[in-house]
Amino acid sequence: MEALTPQELHDHLLSREEALFGNALVSSSVDRDFPVFEIEKDQLLAVMKNLQSHADAQFGFLTTLCGMHFPEQGEREFGVVYHLHNLPNNWRIRVKVFFPKADMKVASLSSLWPTANWMERQEFDFFGIQFQGHSDLRRILNMDEMNYFPMRKEYPLEDAGRDDKQDKYFGR
Amino acid sequence: MSQTPNIPVHDVEKDYTTLNLGPTHPATHGIFQNVLTMDGEIIVNAVPTIGYIHRAFEKLAEHRPYNQITPITDRLNYCSSPINNMGWHMAVEKLIGCEIPKRADYMRVIIMELSRIADHIVCDTVIAVDSGAMTGFLYLFQWREKIYEIFEDICGARLTTNIGRIGGMNAEFSELTWKRIHDFLEQFPKALEEFDKLVTRNRIFVDRTINTGPISAERALAYGFTGPNLRAAGVDYDVRVMNPYSSYQDFKFDIPVGKNGDTYDRYMVRMHEMWESLSIIRQAVSNMPDGPVHADLPEFFLPAKEEVYSSMEALIYHFKIVMGETDIPVGEVYHSVEGGNGELGFYLVSDGGRTPYRLHFRRPSFIYYQAYPEMIKGGMLSDAILTMSSMNVIAGELDA
Amino acid sequence: MSVTIDPNLKPDGVEGSGFFATSLDKVVGLARANSLWPLPFATSCCGIEFMATMASHYDLARFGSERLSFSPRQADLLMVMGTISKKMAPILRQVYEQMAEPKWVLCMGACASSGGIFDTYSVLQGIDRVIPVDVYIPGCPPRPEQVLDGILKIQELAKSEGVGRRNSAEYKERLAQYGLK
Repeated sequence: MEALTPQELHDHLLSREEALFGNALVSSSVDRDFPVFEIEKDQLLAVMKNLQSHADAQFGFLTTLCGMHFPEQGEREFGVVYHLHNLPNNWRIRVKVFFPKADMKVASLSSLWPTANWMERQEFDFFGIQFQGHSDLRRILNMDEMNYFPMRKEYPLEDAGRDDKQDKYFGR
Repeated sequence: MSQTPNIPVHDVEKDYTTLNLGPTHPATHGIFQNVLTMDGEIIVNAVPTIGYIHRAFEKLAEHRPYNQITPITDRLNYCSSPINNMGWHMAVEKLIGCEIPKRADYMRVIIMELSRIADHIVCDTVIAVDSGAMTGFLYLFQWREKIYEIFEDICGARLTTNIGRIGGMNAEFSELTWKRIHDFLEQFPKALEEFDKLVTRNRIFVDRTINTGPISAERALAYGFTGPNLRAAGVDYDVRVMNPYSSYQDFKFDIPVGKNGDTYDRYMVRMHEMWESLSIIRQAVSNMPDGPVHADLPEFFLPAKEEVYSSMEALIYHFKIVMGETDIPVGEVYHSVEGGNGELGFYLVSDGGRTPYRLHFRRPSFIYYQAYPEMIKGGMLSDAILTMSSMNVIAGELDA
Repeated sequence: MSVTIDPNLKPDGVEGSGFFATSLDKVVGLARANSLWPLPFATSCCGIEFMATMASHYDLARFGSERLSFSPRQADLLMVMGTISKKMAPILRQVYEQMAEPKWVLCMGACASSGGIFDTYSVLQGIDRVIPVDVYIPGCPPRPEQVLDGILKIQELAKSEGVGRRNSAEYKERLAQYGLK
């Protein structure tokens, strides 16, 4: 078990930047107990393949992925954050990609990790991120007939049509 | 874009039946639908539909102050709510960067292991019920009542506990709580042994569960399995050991691991985990350290009433905590705990406001339920029912 | 509408040696009330509290609900336990329509009564938006004692109902309000 501190792991992966990230690395840092890497969206699949199978990385377990929405950030309005885990060495990292609203296409990782299938459907359901290469990209948690993406910041939490609760009593 | 699921087209050679299992069905414990394509009794394909209890937890968490999110986390895996609560509190504590006193850690461990036992009681007895053995359910649920009584003494609620505080526990366990814990530790092993003798080597149960719904370790890891389901497939990944939290590194316990990843292995892993949990609770009770039950966090912990009425500072803190106007640092954190079903993760992004900017729950049931079609393909319908109950899919955690 | 629980089980009537004469309404009511077959429509946390109510400690079976029916065609009492989302509402309605008269609906928990703590875009704010409800049990989740109290109130309703109610104009109007037939 090669136990590395987050900073050591960050440096270990950066020392192999060419092999793992190619030229896709935008920025990297260590945030508390996770090395965080931000990469270019267009090279996502290649970088993830390297992170999964390269001998010095071997991140064979996709813990989770989630979408993010930062309105008014222009080019970095939407994002997807991946948490990867190398089980034998207990290495955990966080990988982020950001993209604007005009270009919501992100490569699907379901060919590398089958677990990404439903996770990506959930983020499509919530944010409208189009995962390219996904076998069955449709809504998973919300009703099929829903015509908006509810987790985006512009939409309210409450159901707009409810009439039995008055906002003024709920502090809204 | 088509919204209809991928159901195979009618095959001219064979006559497949389409069977709709759920969403309301006695054996699906929770509401999820499976449209099965069947060749007689053998399952050829399954298309699950979930979301029938989608309550928008992630959106709800963006609109509630940090203390008010604890009741929401209760309702994730509601069979073991304290684990969810503690996981959330630990995620916030990681964000604000505070040290928890050892005594609070040990108290948390006792509560988490009790709720793990409660969760595994539900799963194991329900596997038995689904194969026709109602007795175990009735016997062991009596012991769940005892666990509920302990929770009620500590926090006032049985099921959706909202237990503990950010920074530790709110108060010491009372005399009655300690007595109840001791009684539970003395009496429950006998009941668990009875259930063990009744079911584990029972010819009917063994015949029904061995080799049903198997999954190999490689496929399980590829599908993101964690928890008892992964350990039944042969991988000994337990968050309590790999990334210890809440002083779990102080405790000695084994991780039961199965071989085939079938229903029997999942049942046995949970059975053995209950024994390990009992051992952990015993260690925690006997090695309980002294000290405060809460970290020194005036921004999160309500000050004592005498101080609120006499000191200006305490009054302001009290007001800010109750109104949810505490100052939270900016940053993001991912923290995971070993829930009843596996790695329950909280990815919290804070922008300094009174509510989280984004809170993502890594829900184990949601992730491993994807593998269900693969696990039941080629098996019979009655085996599919047992596979579903042995996976312990909790609807609240599935849909969030 | 308040319902008083009458501890005196024996209805009014004329008693003699070997016979008891009373009105049909009362006998039918007594039979119905003490043999309600519930349909546990358990969706979330309240379902686990229902399992605790059904188990040996609180034992629902002593009130006549020994046989839980998961098929709506064979059930009398629809117990809706847990949050009903908008995706689930048509299914709930379909299950209710499949039940044969006389049928009662018991709504357990805050989520089923009014949406509970989930005032969100995906949760139906109370099942009485789609089906008529007879008894509401508040709580999150309600204690098993509260559930038993709710069942006893349903029993009182069943006892005092009368045989002609389901064909009356008033009842039909109530169903029509929900768009049911």
